[in-house]
Amino acid sequence: MGLSIRVPGLIKGLGVTFKTLVKTLTKGSHTVQYPRVKEAPTLRARGVIALHEENCTACMLCARECPDWCIYIEGHKYKAPPRRPGGKPRQKNALDRFDIDFALCMYCGICVEVCPFEALFWSPEFEFSEPKLADLLHDKGQLSKWMETVPEFEEYETGSEVKQVKVPR
Amino acid sequence: MTIFNLAIELAYWQQTIIRSVLGLVAVLLPAGTLVYLYLFKMMSFMQSRLGPMEAGPYGSLQLLAEVGKFLQKEDLFPRTADRVVFKAAPFVVLASTFLLVLVLPAGPDAWFINIDTGVFFALAVSSISVIGILMAGWGSSSKYSLIGGLRAAGQLVAYELPLVLALMGVVIQAGTLNVQEIVLAQANGEIFGWGGIGNPFLITQFLGFMIFLVAVQAELTQPPFDMPVAESEIVTGYLTEYTGMRFLLFFIGEFATAGIFSALAATFFLGGWYIPGLDPTDNLFNLIGPLVLVGKMLLVSFLIFWFRFTYPRFREDQLQQLAWKVLVPLSLVNIVATGVLKVVF
Amino acid sequence: MNLEASTQQLSYIANQASDARVNIELETEGMTLNLGPQHPATHGTLRIIVRLDGEQVVSADPVMGYMHRGYEKLTEVRTYPQVTTLVNRIDWLGSFANEVPFILAAERLMEVEAPPRAQWIRTALFELSRIANVVLFLGDMAVQLGATTPVFYAFRDREFVLNQIESVTGGRFHPNFDRIGGIKDDLPKGWIQETKDVLVRIRSFCDEMQDLVVGNEIFQTRTRGIGIIPADIGLSYGLSGANIRSSGVDWDLRRDGGVGLIHDQLDWKVWTHPDGDSFARYWVRLQEVRESCKMVDQILDGIPSGPIMAKVPRIIKVPPGEAYVETENPLGIMGYYIVSKGDLVPYRVKIRSASFNNVSITPWVLKGVYVPDVISILASLYFILGDIDR
Repeated sequence: MGLSIRVPGLIKGLGVTFKTLVKTLTKGSHTVQYPRVKEAPTLRARGVIALHEENCTACMLCARECPDWCIYIEGHKYKAPPRRPGGKPRQKNALDRFDIDFALCMYCGICVEVCPFEALFWSPEFEFSEPKLADLLHDKGQLSKWMETVPEFEEYETGSEVKQVKVPR
Repeated sequence: MTIFNLAIELAYWQQTIIRSVLGLVAVLLPAGTLVYLYLFKMMSFMQSRLGPMEAGPYGSLQLLAEVGKFLQKEDLFPRTADRVVFKAAPFVVLASTFLLVLVLPAGPDAWFINIDTGVFFALAVSSISVIGILMAGWGSSSKYSLIGGLRAAGQLVAYELPLVLALMGVVIQAGTLNVQEIVLAQANGEIFGWGGIGNPFLITQFLGFMIFLVAVQAELTQPPFDMPVAESEIVTGYLTEYTGMRFLLFFIGEFATAGIFSALAATFFLGGWYIPGLDPTDNLFNLIGPLVLVGKMLLVSFLIFWFRFTYPRFREDQLQQLAWKVLVPLSLVNIVATGVLKVVF
Repeated sequence: MNLEASTQQLSYIANQASDARVNIELETEGMTLNLGPQHPATHGTLRIIVRLDGEQVVSADPVMGYMHRGYEKLTEVRTYPQVTTLVNRIDWLGSFANEVPFILAAERLMEVEAPPRAQWIRTALFELSRIANVVLFLGDMAVQLGATTPVFYAFRDREFVLNQIESVTGGRFHPNFDRIGGIKDDLPKGWIQETKDVLVRIRSFCDEMQDLVVGNEIFQTRTRGIGIIPADIGLSYGLSGANIRSSGVDWDLRRDGGVGLIHDQLDWKVWTHPDGDSFARYWVRLQEVRESCKMVDQILDGIPSGPIMAKVPRIIKVPPGEAYVETENPLGIMGYYIVSKGDLVPYRVKIRSASFNNVSITPWVLKGVYVPDVISILASLYFILGDIDR
């Protein structure tokens, strides 16, 4: 194993690290001091799931499609008054319990995608860690509160034929 | 030892206490400064990040926090380890560091010992750490530690030679083994008749300086010569079984030795405590001499740590080839050239 | 190169013989060192039982399975969208690339083709995940060899690529974006220009790695001539990807495969290297990152407009049949063999992962090398444990 140390390659390597040293000293580093400075994730980031309760009809599609079975839904049927006088009373679903266990959730997004009534939305909020594991089961009220953090859908690039959906508030 | 020309004469025991405290400071201060400035901050800046910022302003108290953390750890050691050897190893390494700092002069009158064989003493004492590392490697009774310890033994013994031979050029040029005399030779010397900045041996002994730096890097087992502690292969080698306070002793010892070797390089090649333009026997130097020495030490250790953070590591046999086939012949050539030039000029 | 191959084969045989002799005659035994499963060097929980004679390796046996998660059994009870989610986690560094062959195989069974815009965006994300994966390799191999700084540069510049993947898909590491018949959602406004800026950064990162690592003499001394894998031995063990291209075999499924991704409409070249050593494997991957940047630039310039999803029913039932599709993933060749009986769930999915075959050459290539070279060779073969064990 011959050893021939030619100097130039070694010196160039030293130059790279020295240049980065000077750059960090003058222009600042690439990292942020986290609890004091927070970088915002992108708008589509999958942080937490929010529920728009009015749209939900307890159809159970999300609970069925979830790979981890982390959504717990209970509902009951009730008779709503007829739309016109003299008509039949309509049967509607009411939502009793809608819990998502974020300790089990894979953050895959299948539930948000299969919902036919657009009741579930993604929000980029990610700082909801709890000391107790049981507190990671978010119930209906908490999921509705996450709706406030859901950003508006952005426009698409030119050439797209997808319709832009509005987030119901 | 006389510093500051005190009006009162101190008793011997009082002098000993002052000497011990100053010795402790002389070892721990370079260690702390180097750890903070270079390991925490310079390495982080080279990697586009800021390093520790929480403990103290700009993270300056991080080392104290780490000492506190290590102090409260459990004192573990492997059941099959040799207790005496295992426990004594860090102290042997530290002993060599403390002994090495004795020969460094920090001013015309500020020195611990001023013996006529200063260079010889320094080089002899710096080899004690090899025994400590071997003790750590063998006494841990773990395969990883054994491999690390044996690699360290081979490497450290191999690089003692370039270290010694590089300094021989300095000794020939100064004409003495006394460290204080070497500093004064640089201060009072002249380059081709111009006495403006004295005669720092860096200029005439540049080859020796380079060899000395490479050999110091290897003696400290820093990358690119850190095979004994190669983290990705043998999980810190001879340090694997050391936790808590014992690990901290090794850690501090490593950085203290780095600082002291840099100070030695600064003394032999850059002129030690001397600033050009002032009279070397001036009493002022007793005050600012230590500061000047620390400044020069920081310069040299910047180089050592810069190499450390940039280069990957050599394999053990390539390391040995570099020592025996390249550095030793080069340093012999250096000695011959120095001798010839000394006689001619 | 033939001389090196026969030398290595000879040393293999000699070591086997000496192994037996040492054990019986001299009654000295070599030392058995356990590299892993907890070890800073292996990319996860791989255990290699190495028998040493001094610092030379006498035999090396990899023990896999510490991370087996039962993917192929799991897919028998998950619907197709759920399998797409799970499959992200096999090669977790370039995770979009795992979904692509699965979706292509399902599309082949359903006889559905994704519209052009979806195919172009799929290819762009495929190449972006290749960039993310290989950039990490470039830093990681340097840190295995002792240089602590390049890996920080790799993570720093990889963040930008992950941010771009997150702006489109919503997930940095697990995109879950590919669907049978197209992709899930379209690109947000401004994405194309941002991604072009990110590619400029990646190119400057490649130049930094060229100066800091490839040009470094110490790195070259550690990797040149180490772990030479001749082309025929590599092919017989099933090596794929950059590992086999650095032994001189000119084979790339993006050019020779032709399945549903639009690489044939781009202008790019396949990089090979004639030596088969660790340096060649690093060098080929560095050039591949640059080539991927070029490809993504061309894709971004030419995305056609149109729909992103073909007409597929809402509940996907794949007709009965079998299909096997393999693509050139960042780690090598990844293939999915789907057997469907017409249900909502696949009947059986066999996953051919690249790293499993890449690791299988370890006993052959590690014979007779020194312990530091073991690390250099393993780092250059570049396997990911999730890919080996699934």
